[in-house]
Amino acid sequence: MATQQSKAAARLMIAPAVFVLLVWMLVPLCMTLYFSFADYRPMRGVFETWIGFSNYESFVTSSSFLRAVGTTLWMVTGILSITIIGGVLFALLLDQPMFGQGIVRILVIAPFFVMPTVSALVWKNMFFNVDNGLFSYLYKFLGLQPFDFLSQAPLFSIIVIVAWQWLPFATLILLTAVQSLSSEQLEAAEMDGAPGIKRFWYIILPHLSRAITVVILIQTIFLLSIFAEIFVTTNGAFGTRTLTYLVYQRVLESQNIGLGSAGGIIAVILANIIAIFLMRIVGKNLDN
Amino acid sequence: MARAISRRKKIMWTALAWSLGLLIFFPILWTFLTSFKSEATAIADPPVFFMFDWTTENYTTVLERSNYPLALTNSIIIAVGSTILGIVIAVPAAWAMAFVPGKRTKDVLLWMLSTKMLPAVGVLYPLVLLAKWLGVMDSRLLLIVVLMLINLPIIVWMLYTYFREIPGEILEAARMDGASLKSEILYVLTPMALPGIASTILLNIILAWNEAFWTILLTTVDAAPLTKFIASFSAPEGLFYAKLSAASIMAIAPILIMGWFSQKQLVRGLTFGAVK
Repeated sequence: MATQQSKAAARLMIAPAVFVLLVWMLVPLCMTLYFSFADYRPMRGVFETWIGFSNYESFVTSSSFLRAVGTTLWMVTGILSITIIGGVLFALLLDQPMFGQGIVRILVIAPFFVMPTVSALVWKNMFFNVDNGLFSYLYKFLGLQPFDFLSQAPLFSIIVIVAWQWLPFATLILLTAVQSLSSEQLEAAEMDGAPGIKRFWYIILPHLSRAITVVILIQTIFLLSIFAEIFVTTNGAFGTRTLTYLVYQRVLESQNIGLGSAGGIIAVILANIIAIFLMRIVGKNLDN
Repeated sequence: MARAISRRKKIMWTALAWSLGLLIFFPILWTFLTSFKSEATAIADPPVFFMFDWTTENYTTVLERSNYPLALTNSIIIAVGSTILGIVIAVPAAWAMAFVPGKRTKDVLLWMLSTKMLPAVGVLYPLVLLAKWLGVMDSRLLLIVVLMLINLPIIVWMLYTYFREIPGEILEAARMDGASLKSEILYVLTPMALPGIASTILLNIILAWNEAFWTILLTTVDAAPLTKFIASFSAPEGLFYAKLSAASIMAIAPILIMGWFSQKQLVRGLTFGAVK
Protein backbone atom coordinates (compact mmCIF):
# COMPACT_ATOMS: atom_id res chain seq x y z
CA MET A 1 0.00 0.00 0.00
CA ALA A 2 3.05 2.18 -0.30
CA THR A 3 2.20 5.40 -2.02
CA GLN A 4 4.39 7.30 -4.41
CA GLN A 5 4.97 9.86 -1.73
CA SER A 6 6.04 7.39 0.94
CA LYS A 7 8.39 5.75 -1.54
CA ALA A 8 10.12 9.03 -2.16
CA ALA A 9 10.30 9.62 1.57
CA ALA A 10 11.77 6.15 2.05
CA ARG A 11 14.47 6.85 -0.49
CA LEU A 12 15.30 10.05 1.29
CA MET A 13 15.59 8.20 4.58
CA ILE A 14 17.93 5.57 3.20
CA ALA A 15 20.07 8.10 1.37
CA PRO A 16 22.32 9.27 4.24
CA ALA A 17 23.31 5.73 5.23
CA VAL A 18 24.00 4.74 1.64
CA PHE A 19 25.90 7.94 0.98
CA VAL A 20 28.29 7.71 3.95
CA LEU A 21 28.99 4.04 3.32
CA LEU A 22 29.57 4.69 -0.37
CA VAL A 23 32.05 7.45 0.40
CA TRP A 24 33.66 5.32 3.11
CA MET A 25 34.11 2.46 0.71
CA LEU A 26 35.04 4.26 -2.47
CA VAL A 27 37.30 7.14 -1.51
CA PRO A 28 39.95 5.30 0.54
CA LEU A 29 39.78 2.22 -1.65
CA CYS A 30 40.35 4.24 -4.81
CA MET A 31 43.26 5.98 -3.11
CA THR A 32 44.79 2.64 -2.15
CA LEU A 33 44.28 1.45 -5.71
CA TYR A 34 45.96 4.61 -7.01
CA PHE A 35 48.94 4.27 -4.65
CA SER A 36 49.31 0.60 -5.48
CA PHE A 37 50.36 1.58 -8.99
CA ALA A 38 52.74 4.29 -7.77
CA ASP A 39 56.25 4.25 -6.38
CA TYR A 40 55.53 6.23 -3.23
CA ARG A 41 58.06 6.31 -0.40
CA PRO A 42 57.51 9.60 1.49
CA MET A 43 60.49 9.10 3.83
CA ARG A 44 62.84 9.20 0.86
CA GLY A 45 60.89 11.79 -1.06
CA VAL A 46 60.09 9.39 -3.88
CA PHE A 47 56.81 9.79 -5.69
CA GLU A 48 56.33 8.43 -9.18
CA THR A 49 52.70 8.10 -10.21
CA TRP A 50 52.52 5.21 -12.62
CA ILE A 51 54.86 2.28 -12.46
CA GLY A 52 52.44 -0.38 -13.70
CA PHE A 53 52.09 -3.62 -11.83
CA SER A 54 55.61 -3.73 -10.42
CA ASN A 55 54.41 -3.20 -6.81
CA TYR A 56 52.13 -6.19 -7.15
CA GLU A 57 54.92 -8.15 -8.72
CA SER A 58 57.43 -7.41 -5.99
CA PHE A 59 54.86 -7.88 -3.23
CA VAL A 60 53.70 -11.27 -4.48
CA THR A 61 57.15 -12.58 -5.38
CA SER A 62 58.84 -11.56 -2.12
CA SER A 63 59.50 -14.41 0.27
CA SER A 64 57.75 -12.51 3.08
CA PHE A 65 54.47 -12.62 1.13
CA LEU A 66 54.43 -16.40 0.82
CA ARG A 67 55.43 -16.76 4.45
CA ALA A 68 52.73 -14.30 5.52
CA VAL A 69 50.09 -16.19 3.54
CA GLY A 70 51.27 -19.43 5.13
CA THR A 71 51.17 -17.89 8.61
CA THR A 72 47.71 -16.47 7.97
CA LEU A 73 46.41 -19.84 6.79
CA TRP A 74 47.88 -21.67 9.80
CA MET A 75 46.52 -19.10 12.19
CA VAL A 76 43.01 -19.00 10.72
CA THR A 77 42.81 -22.79 10.36
CA GLY A 78 44.12 -23.35 13.88
CA ILE A 79 41.71 -20.91 15.46
CA LEU A 80 38.78 -22.19 13.39
CA SER A 81 39.44 -25.83 14.34
CA ILE A 82 39.66 -25.04 18.04
CA THR A 83 36.63 -22.78 18.10
CA ILE A 84 34.39 -24.98 15.95
CA ILE A 85 35.18 -28.26 17.71
CA GLY A 86 35.16 -26.61 21.12
CA GLY A 87 32.06 -24.63 20.22
CA VAL A 88 30.07 -27.70 19.16
CA LEU A 89 31.07 -29.55 22.33
CA PHE A 90 30.25 -26.59 24.57
CA ALA A 91 26.95 -25.99 22.81
CA LEU A 92 25.93 -29.62 23.35
CA LEU A 93 27.15 -29.49 26.95
CA LEU A 94 25.23 -26.30 27.73
CA ASP A 95 22.11 -27.88 26.26
CA GLN A 96 22.15 -30.64 28.88
CA PRO A 97 20.05 -30.44 32.05
CA MET A 98 22.15 -28.94 34.85
CA PHE A 99 22.12 -26.62 37.82
CA GLY A 100 23.09 -23.00 37.24
CA GLN A 101 23.02 -23.22 33.45
CA GLY A 102 22.73 -19.45 33.10
CA ILE A 103 25.86 -18.88 35.16
CA VAL A 104 27.91 -21.41 33.21
CA ARG A 105 26.77 -19.72 30.02
CA ILE A 106 27.95 -16.38 31.35
CA LEU A 107 31.33 -17.85 32.32
CA VAL A 108 31.81 -19.33 28.86
CA ILE A 109 30.87 -16.27 26.83
CA ALA A 110 32.80 -13.77 28.97
CA PRO A 111 36.07 -13.87 26.96
CA PHE A 112 34.29 -12.45 23.92
CA PHE A 113 33.77 -9.16 25.73
CA VAL A 114 37.39 -8.71 26.77
CA MET A 115 39.12 -6.16 24.57
CA PRO A 116 41.83 -7.72 22.36
CA THR A 117 44.72 -5.79 23.87
CA VAL A 118 43.75 -6.86 27.39
CA SER A 119 43.40 -10.54 26.58
CA ALA A 120 46.65 -10.57 24.62
CA LEU A 121 48.58 -8.88 27.44
CA VAL A 122 47.04 -10.99 30.19
CA TRP A 123 47.94 -14.19 28.34
CA LYS A 124 51.37 -12.90 27.39
CA ASN A 125 52.42 -11.84 30.88
CA MET A 126 50.44 -13.83 33.35
CA PHE A 127 50.29 -17.16 31.55
CA PHE A 128 52.96 -17.45 28.87
CA ASN A 129 55.78 -15.49 30.56
CA VAL A 130 58.71 -17.81 31.12
CA ASP A 131 59.73 -16.33 34.48
CA ASN A 132 56.47 -15.46 36.17
CA GLY A 133 53.72 -16.96 34.03
CA LEU A 134 51.29 -19.48 35.50
CA PHE A 135 52.20 -22.07 32.88
CA SER A 136 55.83 -21.91 34.01
CA TYR A 137 54.78 -22.66 37.58
CA LEU A 138 52.68 -25.51 36.28
CA TYR A 139 55.62 -26.91 34.32
CA LYS A 140 57.90 -26.61 37.34
CA PHE A 141 55.26 -28.23 39.53
CA LEU A 142 55.17 -31.17 37.12
CA GLY A 143 58.97 -31.31 37.21
CA LEU A 144 59.40 -30.03 33.66
CA GLN A 145 61.59 -27.31 32.24
CA PRO A 146 59.60 -24.04 31.88
CA PHE A 147 58.73 -23.33 28.30
CA ASP A 148 59.00 -19.89 26.72
CA PHE A 149 55.75 -19.94 24.77
CA LEU A 150 55.94 -16.67 22.89
CA SER A 151 59.45 -17.21 21.50
CA GLN A 152 59.41 -21.02 21.19
CA ALA A 153 55.87 -21.44 19.89
CA PRO A 154 54.70 -17.92 19.03
CA LEU A 155 52.15 -18.90 16.39
CA PHE A 156 50.62 -21.49 18.69
CA SER A 157 50.48 -18.95 21.53
CA ILE A 158 48.63 -16.40 19.43
CA ILE A 159 46.26 -19.10 18.19
CA VAL A 160 45.47 -19.96 21.83
CA ILE A 161 44.81 -16.32 22.73
CA VAL A 162 42.53 -15.62 19.77
CA ALA A 163 40.77 -18.99 20.00
CA TRP A 164 40.00 -18.20 23.64
CA GLN A 165 38.40 -14.94 22.51
CA TRP A 166 36.34 -16.50 19.73
CA LEU A 167 35.26 -19.76 21.36
CA PRO A 168 32.33 -17.94 23.06
CA PHE A 169 31.11 -16.62 19.71
CA ALA A 170 31.06 -20.09 18.16
CA THR A 171 29.49 -21.58 21.29
CA LEU A 172 26.74 -18.98 21.47
CA ILE A 173 25.73 -19.31 17.82
CA LEU A 174 25.93 -23.10 17.80
CA LEU A 175 23.94 -23.21 21.04
CA THR A 176 21.21 -21.18 19.35
CA ALA A 177 21.22 -23.73 16.54
CA VAL A 178 21.25 -26.73 18.91
CA GLN A 179 18.27 -25.36 20.80
CA SER A 180 16.26 -25.11 17.59
CA LEU A 181 16.69 -28.85 16.99
CA SER A 182 13.37 -30.62 17.45
CA SER A 183 13.51 -32.84 20.49
CA GLU A 184 10.98 -35.23 18.96
CA GLN A 185 13.40 -36.32 16.31
CA LEU A 186 16.12 -36.94 18.89
CA GLU A 187 13.74 -38.79 21.21
CA ALA A 188 12.57 -40.98 18.34
CA ALA A 189 16.20 -41.87 17.57
CA GLU A 190 16.82 -42.60 21.23
CA MET A 191 13.77 -44.87 21.38
CA ASP A 192 15.03 -46.73 18.36
CA GLY A 193 18.19 -47.36 20.31
CA ALA A 194 20.55 -45.20 18.30
CA PRO A 195 23.70 -44.69 20.39
CA GLY A 196 24.89 -41.18 21.28
CA ILE A 197 27.61 -41.09 18.63
CA LYS A 198 25.18 -42.03 15.87
CA ARG A 199 22.62 -39.50 17.03
CA PHE A 200 25.34 -36.86 16.99
CA TRP A 201 26.64 -37.85 13.57
CA TYR A 202 23.36 -38.38 11.72
CA ILE A 203 20.99 -35.92 13.37
CA ILE A 204 22.77 -33.22 15.36
CA LEU A 205 25.73 -32.52 13.08
CA PRO A 206 23.68 -32.21 9.86
CA HIS A 207 21.32 -29.89 11.71
CA LEU A 208 24.28 -27.75 12.79
CA SER A 209 25.98 -27.68 9.41
CA ARG A 210 24.46 -24.38 8.37
CA ALA A 211 25.33 -22.65 11.63
CA ILE A 212 28.86 -24.07 11.43
CA THR A 213 29.23 -22.69 7.91
CA VAL A 214 28.09 -19.27 9.07
CA VAL A 215 30.48 -19.34 12.03
CA ILE A 216 33.37 -20.35 9.76
CA LEU A 217 32.67 -17.58 7.25
CA ILE A 218 32.12 -14.79 9.76
CA GLN A 219 35.10 -15.79 11.87
CA THR A 220 37.34 -16.07 8.82
CA ILE A 221 36.49 -12.52 7.82
CA PHE A 222 37.31 -11.22 11.28
CA LEU A 223 40.34 -13.49 11.75
CA LEU A 224 41.92 -12.37 8.50
CA SER A 225 42.33 -8.96 10.07
CA ILE A 226 43.71 -10.00 13.46
CA PHE A 227 45.92 -7.14 14.50
CA ALA A 228 46.04 -6.11 18.16
CA GLU A 229 46.90 -9.59 19.43
CA ILE A 230 50.01 -9.69 17.24
CA PHE A 231 50.81 -6.03 17.88
CA VAL A 232 51.17 -6.44 21.64
CA THR A 233 52.65 -9.94 21.78
CA THR A 234 55.29 -10.51 19.10
CA ASN A 235 54.92 -7.42 16.92
CA GLY A 236 55.08 -9.71 13.89
CA ALA A 237 58.36 -11.35 14.85
CA PHE A 238 59.13 -15.10 15.09
CA GLY A 239 57.01 -16.08 12.11
CA THR A 240 53.76 -14.53 13.30
CA ARG A 241 53.53 -11.99 10.50
CA THR A 242 50.16 -12.42 8.85
CA LEU A 243 49.15 -10.79 5.59
CA THR A 244 47.37 -8.00 7.48
CA TYR A 245 50.43 -7.42 9.62
CA LEU A 246 52.77 -7.45 6.64
CA VAL A 247 50.71 -4.77 4.91
CA TYR A 248 50.62 -2.72 8.11
CA GLN A 249 54.41 -2.91 8.41
CA ARG A 250 54.99 -1.98 4.76
CA VAL A 251 52.65 0.99 5.00
CA LEU A 252 53.32 2.45 8.44
CA GLU A 253 56.69 1.07 9.54
CA SER A 254 58.82 1.02 6.39
CA GLN A 255 56.63 3.68 4.73
CA ASN A 256 56.67 1.98 1.35
CA ILE A 257 53.17 3.11 0.48
CA GLY A 258 53.12 1.74 -3.07
CA LEU A 259 54.14 -1.74 -2.04
CA GLY A 260 51.89 -1.77 1.01
CA SER A 261 48.91 -0.57 -1.01
CA ALA A 262 49.39 -3.38 -3.51
CA GLY A 263 49.36 -5.76 -0.53
CA GLY A 264 46.24 -4.06 0.79
CA ILE A 265 44.43 -4.58 -2.51
CA ILE A 266 45.42 -8.25 -2.48
CA ALA A 267 44.03 -8.56 1.08
CA VAL A 268 40.79 -6.93 -0.07
CA ILE A 269 40.46 -9.39 -2.96
CA LEU A 270 41.09 -12.41 -0.71
CA ALA A 271 38.54 -11.21 1.86
CA ASN A 272 35.99 -10.61 -0.88
CA ILE A 273 36.23 -14.18 -2.11
CA ILE A 274 35.11 -15.37 1.32
CA ALA A 275 32.56 -12.59 1.66
CA ILE A 276 30.79 -13.70 -1.53
CA PHE A 277 29.99 -17.08 0.02
CA LEU A 278 28.74 -15.48 3.21
CA MET A 279 26.60 -13.02 1.27
CA ARG A 280 24.94 -15.88 -0.61
CA ILE A 281 23.85 -17.53 2.62
CA VAL A 282 22.66 -14.28 4.15
CA GLY A 283 20.86 -13.32 0.95
CA LYS A 284 19.04 -16.63 0.74
CA ASN A 285 17.90 -16.24 4.31
CA LEU A 286 16.54 -12.80 3.56
CA ASP A 287 13.98 -14.27 1.16
CA ASN A 288 12.19 -16.40 3.73
CA MET B 1 14.09 -45.02 39.91
CA ALA B 2 14.30 -43.33 36.53
CA ARG B 3 14.12 -40.05 38.32
CA ALA B 4 17.10 -40.86 40.52
CA ILE B 5 19.21 -41.72 37.49
CA SER B 6 18.30 -38.49 35.71
CA ARG B 7 19.18 -36.59 38.87
CA ARG B 8 22.56 -38.26 39.02
CA LYS B 9 23.04 -37.44 35.35
CA LYS B 10 22.12 -33.86 36.02
CA ILE B 11 24.69 -33.61 38.80
CA MET B 12 27.30 -35.12 36.50
CA TRP B 13 26.55 -32.65 33.72
CA THR B 14 26.59 -29.83 36.25
CA ALA B 15 30.03 -30.81 37.52
CA LEU B 16 31.45 -31.12 34.02
CA ALA B 17 29.93 -27.88 32.74
CA TRP B 18 30.98 -25.89 35.79
CA SER B 19 34.58 -27.10 35.67
CA LEU B 20 34.93 -26.41 31.96
CA GLY B 21 33.14 -23.07 32.31
CA LEU B 22 35.48 -22.04 35.12
CA LEU B 23 38.47 -23.14 33.05
CA ILE B 24 37.41 -20.83 30.22
CA PHE B 25 36.69 -18.04 32.67
CA PHE B 26 39.92 -18.57 34.62
CA PRO B 27 42.10 -15.95 32.86
CA ILE B 28 39.56 -13.27 33.77
CA LEU B 29 39.25 -14.56 37.33
CA TRP B 30 43.02 -14.67 37.67
CA THR B 31 43.34 -11.10 36.41
CA PHE B 32 40.69 -10.06 38.90
CA LEU B 33 42.51 -11.74 41.80
CA THR B 34 45.90 -10.37 40.74
CA SER B 35 44.53 -6.85 40.60
CA PHE B 36 44.06 -6.99 44.39
CA LYS B 37 47.55 -8.31 45.16
CA SER B 38 50.75 -6.46 45.88
CA GLU B 39 53.26 -6.62 43.03
CA ALA B 40 55.38 -9.06 45.04
CA THR B 41 52.44 -11.38 45.72
CA ALA B 42 51.43 -11.19 42.07
CA ILE B 43 54.56 -13.08 41.03
CA ALA B 44 54.90 -15.22 44.17
CA ASP B 45 56.22 -18.74 43.62
CA PRO B 46 54.11 -20.83 44.10
CA PRO B 47 51.18 -18.68 42.95
CA VAL B 48 48.74 -17.51 45.61
CA PHE B 49 45.04 -17.86 44.89
CA PHE B 50 42.85 -16.41 47.61
CA MET B 51 44.89 -16.24 50.79
CA PHE B 52 46.66 -12.92 50.47
CA ASP B 53 46.31 -9.42 51.83
CA TRP B 54 43.73 -7.91 49.54
CA THR B 55 44.56 -4.36 48.59
CA THR B 56 42.93 -1.78 46.36
CA GLU B 57 46.21 0.09 46.09
CA ASN B 58 46.69 -0.89 42.42
CA TYR B 59 43.41 0.67 41.45
CA THR B 60 44.20 3.96 43.13
CA THR B 61 47.71 3.97 41.66
CA VAL B 62 46.45 3.34 38.15
CA LEU B 63 43.74 5.97 38.51
CA GLU B 64 46.07 8.59 39.95
CA ARG B 65 49.35 8.19 38.19
CA SER B 66 48.72 7.40 34.60
CA ASN B 67 46.74 8.57 31.65
CA TYR B 68 44.05 6.17 32.68
CA PRO B 69 41.28 8.69 33.40
CA LEU B 70 41.85 10.32 30.01
CA ALA B 71 41.77 6.94 28.24
CA LEU B 72 38.58 5.99 30.06
CA THR B 73 36.95 9.30 29.11
CA ASN B 74 38.05 8.80 25.51
CA SER B 75 36.65 5.26 25.41
CA ILE B 76 33.30 6.43 26.72
CA ILE B 77 33.06 9.40 24.37
CA ILE B 78 34.14 7.40 21.33
CA ALA B 79 31.93 4.37 22.01
CA VAL B 80 28.85 6.38 22.92
CA GLY B 81 29.42 9.05 20.28
CA SER B 82 29.88 6.64 17.40
CA THR B 83 26.82 4.70 18.55
CA ILE B 84 24.57 7.75 18.72
CA LEU B 85 25.76 8.98 15.33
CA GLY B 86 25.23 5.53 13.86
CA ILE B 87 21.72 5.23 15.31
CA VAL B 88 20.74 8.65 13.98
CA ILE B 89 21.76 7.64 10.46
CA ALA B 90 20.56 4.04 10.66
CA VAL B 91 17.08 4.37 12.19
CA PRO B 92 15.51 6.18 9.21
CA ALA B 93 17.23 3.85 6.75
CA ALA B 94 16.18 0.68 8.57
CA TRP B 95 12.67 2.02 9.06
CA ALA B 96 12.28 2.76 5.36
CA MET B 97 13.67 -0.61 4.31
CA ALA B 98 11.45 -2.52 6.73
CA PHE B 99 8.18 -0.72 6.03
CA VAL B 100 8.48 0.59 2.50
CA PRO B 101 10.50 -2.19 0.88
CA GLY B 102 11.34 -1.64 -2.77
CA LYS B 103 12.73 -3.91 -5.43
CA ARG B 104 16.28 -3.11 -4.50
CA THR B 105 15.97 -3.19 -0.70
CA LYS B 106 17.59 -6.59 -0.42
CA ASP B 107 20.48 -5.55 -2.65
CA VAL B 108 21.06 -2.39 -0.63
CA LEU B 109 21.11 -4.38 2.61
CA LEU B 110 23.55 -6.92 1.24
CA TRP B 111 25.74 -4.21 -0.22
CA MET B 112 25.85 -2.49 3.17
CA LEU B 113 26.95 -5.73 4.77
CA SER B 114 29.61 -6.21 2.14
CA THR B 115 31.26 -2.94 3.20
CA LYS B 116 31.75 -4.56 6.61
CA MET B 117 33.85 -7.26 4.94
CA LEU B 118 36.41 -4.77 3.66
CA PRO B 119 39.71 -5.49 5.44
CA ALA B 120 40.73 -2.41 7.37
CA VAL B 121 44.34 -2.73 6.32
CA GLY B 122 43.31 -2.17 2.71
CA VAL B 123 42.36 1.42 3.44
CA LEU B 124 44.86 2.13 6.22
CA TYR B 125 47.15 4.57 4.50
CA PRO B 126 44.47 6.66 2.77
CA LEU B 127 42.75 7.09 6.10
CA VAL B 128 45.94 8.18 7.84
CA LEU B 129 46.60 10.56 4.97
CA LEU B 130 43.08 12.01 4.94
CA ALA B 131 43.13 12.39 8.72
CA LYS B 132 46.42 14.28 8.62
CA TRP B 133 45.23 16.39 5.71
CA LEU B 134 42.04 17.34 7.56
CA GLY B 135 44.03 17.88 10.75
CA VAL B 136 41.95 15.39 12.73
CA MET B 137 44.62 12.78 13.46
CA ASP B 138 44.51 11.67 17.09
CA SER B 139 41.13 13.30 17.67
CA ARG B 140 37.98 11.82 19.19
CA LEU B 141 35.97 13.11 16.27
CA LEU B 142 37.96 11.01 13.80
CA LEU B 143 37.43 7.84 15.82
CA ILE B 144 33.75 8.57 16.35
CA VAL B 145 33.28 8.85 12.59
CA VAL B 146 35.45 5.85 11.66
CA LEU B 147 33.93 3.53 14.25
CA MET B 148 30.45 4.69 13.26
CA LEU B 149 31.23 3.79 9.64
CA ILE B 150 32.62 0.34 10.37
CA ASN B 151 29.64 -0.53 12.58
CA LEU B 152 26.90 1.16 10.56
CA PRO B 153 26.13 -1.99 8.50
CA ILE B 154 25.57 -3.98 11.70
CA ILE B 155 23.36 -1.26 13.18
CA VAL B 156 21.22 -0.96 10.04
CA TRP B 157 20.96 -4.72 9.81
CA MET B 158 19.96 -5.26 13.43
CA LEU B 159 17.40 -2.46 13.38
CA TYR B 160 15.98 -3.81 10.12
CA THR B 161 15.43 -7.27 11.60
CA TYR B 162 13.79 -5.76 14.69
CA PHE B 163 11.58 -3.39 12.71
CA ARG B 164 10.47 -6.17 10.40
CA GLU B 165 8.97 -7.96 13.38
CA ILE B 166 6.61 -5.06 14.00
CA PRO B 167 3.31 -6.04 12.34
CA GLY B 168 2.53 -3.86 9.34
CA GLU B 169 -1.22 -3.96 10.06
CA ILE B 170 -0.76 -1.66 13.00
CA LEU B 171 0.80 0.92 10.72
CA GLU B 172 -1.97 0.53 8.18
CA ALA B 173 -4.58 0.95 10.89
CA ALA B 174 -2.88 4.10 12.03
CA ARG B 175 -2.81 5.37 8.45
CA MET B 176 -6.51 4.60 8.02
CA ASP B 177 -7.19 6.66 11.10
CA GLY B 178 -5.51 9.50 9.29
CA ALA B 179 -2.22 9.51 11.13
CA SER B 180 0.45 11.51 9.35
CA LEU B 181 3.86 10.04 8.66
CA LYS B 182 5.23 12.05 11.54
CA SER B 183 2.71 10.91 14.11
CA GLU B 184 2.93 7.39 12.74
CA ILE B 185 6.61 7.30 13.57
CA LEU B 186 6.30 9.19 16.82
CA TYR B 187 3.33 7.51 18.48
CA VAL B 188 2.96 4.13 16.85
CA LEU B 189 6.37 2.99 15.76
CA THR B 190 8.75 4.41 18.31
CA PRO B 191 7.26 2.73 21.39
CA MET B 192 7.32 -0.63 19.59
CA ALA B 193 10.80 -0.14 18.22
CA LEU B 194 12.47 1.04 21.41
CA PRO B 195 13.51 -2.40 22.77
CA GLY B 196 15.19 -3.24 19.46
CA ILE B 197 16.93 0.13 19.35
CA ALA B 198 18.12 -0.33 22.92
CA SER B 199 19.69 -3.73 22.19
CA THR B 200 21.30 -2.37 19.06
CA ILE B 201 22.83 0.47 21.06
CA LEU B 202 24.12 -1.98 23.65
CA LEU B 203 25.82 -4.27 21.14
CA ASN B 204 27.28 -1.38 19.24
CA ILE B 205 28.81 0.18 22.34
CA ILE B 206 30.46 -3.17 23.07
CA LEU B 207 31.86 -3.43 19.55
CA ALA B 208 33.12 0.16 19.54
CA TRP B 209 34.64 -0.17 23.01
CA ASN B 210 36.68 -3.21 22.01
CA GLU B 211 37.72 -2.12 18.51
CA ALA B 212 41.50 -2.44 18.39
CA PHE B 213 42.75 -1.65 14.92
CA TRP B 214 41.74 1.93 14.19
CA THR B 215 41.83 2.96 17.83
CA ILE B 216 45.47 1.87 18.06
CA LEU B 217 46.67 3.19 14.73
CA LEU B 218 44.81 6.51 14.52
CA THR B 219 45.61 7.79 18.01
CA THR B 220 48.72 8.70 19.94
CA VAL B 221 47.82 10.26 23.31
CA ASP B 222 45.04 12.84 23.23
CA ALA B 223 42.30 10.63 21.82
CA ALA B 224 43.78 7.27 22.86
CA PRO B 225 41.05 5.08 24.36
CA LEU B 226 41.57 2.13 26.71
CA THR B 227 42.55 -0.32 23.94
CA LYS B 228 45.54 1.85 23.08
CA PHE B 229 46.29 2.66 26.72
CA ILE B 230 46.46 -1.02 27.64
CA ALA B 231 48.61 -1.75 24.58
CA SER B 232 51.21 0.65 26.00
CA PHE B 233 51.75 -1.86 28.81
CA SER B 234 53.24 -4.33 26.33
CA ALA B 235 56.82 -3.07 26.68
CA PRO B 236 57.78 -3.22 30.38
CA GLU B 237 58.57 -6.53 32.06
CA GLY B 238 58.81 -7.41 35.71
CA LEU B 239 56.96 -5.88 38.63
CA PHE B 240 53.78 -4.62 37.02
CA TYR B 241 51.35 -7.52 36.92
CA ALA B 242 49.10 -6.20 39.66
CA LYS B 243 48.78 -2.78 38.05
CA LEU B 244 48.27 -4.25 34.60
CA SER B 245 45.50 -6.39 36.10
CA ALA B 246 43.83 -3.46 37.80
CA ALA B 247 43.92 -1.41 34.59
CA SER B 248 42.58 -4.41 32.64
CA ILE B 249 39.74 -5.11 35.04
CA MET B 250 38.62 -1.50 34.91
CA ALA B 251 38.79 -1.59 31.11
CA ILE B 252 36.69 -4.73 30.71
CA ALA B 253 34.27 -4.63 33.64
CA PRO B 254 31.62 -2.29 32.21
CA ILE B 255 31.57 -4.13 28.89
CA LEU B 256 31.48 -7.55 30.53
CA ILE B 257 28.37 -6.52 32.41
CA MET B 258 26.75 -5.07 29.30
CA GLY B 259 27.75 -8.14 27.32
CA TRP B 260 26.01 -10.47 29.71
CA PHE B 261 22.80 -8.59 29.11
CA SER B 262 23.11 -8.75 25.34
CA GLN B 263 23.91 -12.43 24.68
CA LYS B 264 20.91 -12.94 22.44
CA GLN B 265 21.41 -9.74 20.48
CA LEU B 266 24.97 -10.82 19.84
CA VAL B 267 23.81 -13.76 17.77
CA ARG B 268 21.36 -11.62 15.84
CA GLY B 269 23.79 -8.77 15.32
CA LEU B 270 26.83 -10.75 14.29
CA THR B 271 25.30 -13.41 12.08
CA PHE B 272 23.14 -10.96 10.11
CA GLY B 273 20.11 -13.13 10.72
CA ALA B 274 21.69 -16.20 9.15
CA VAL B 275 21.26 -18.19 12.36
CA LYS B 276 18.01 -18.09 14.27
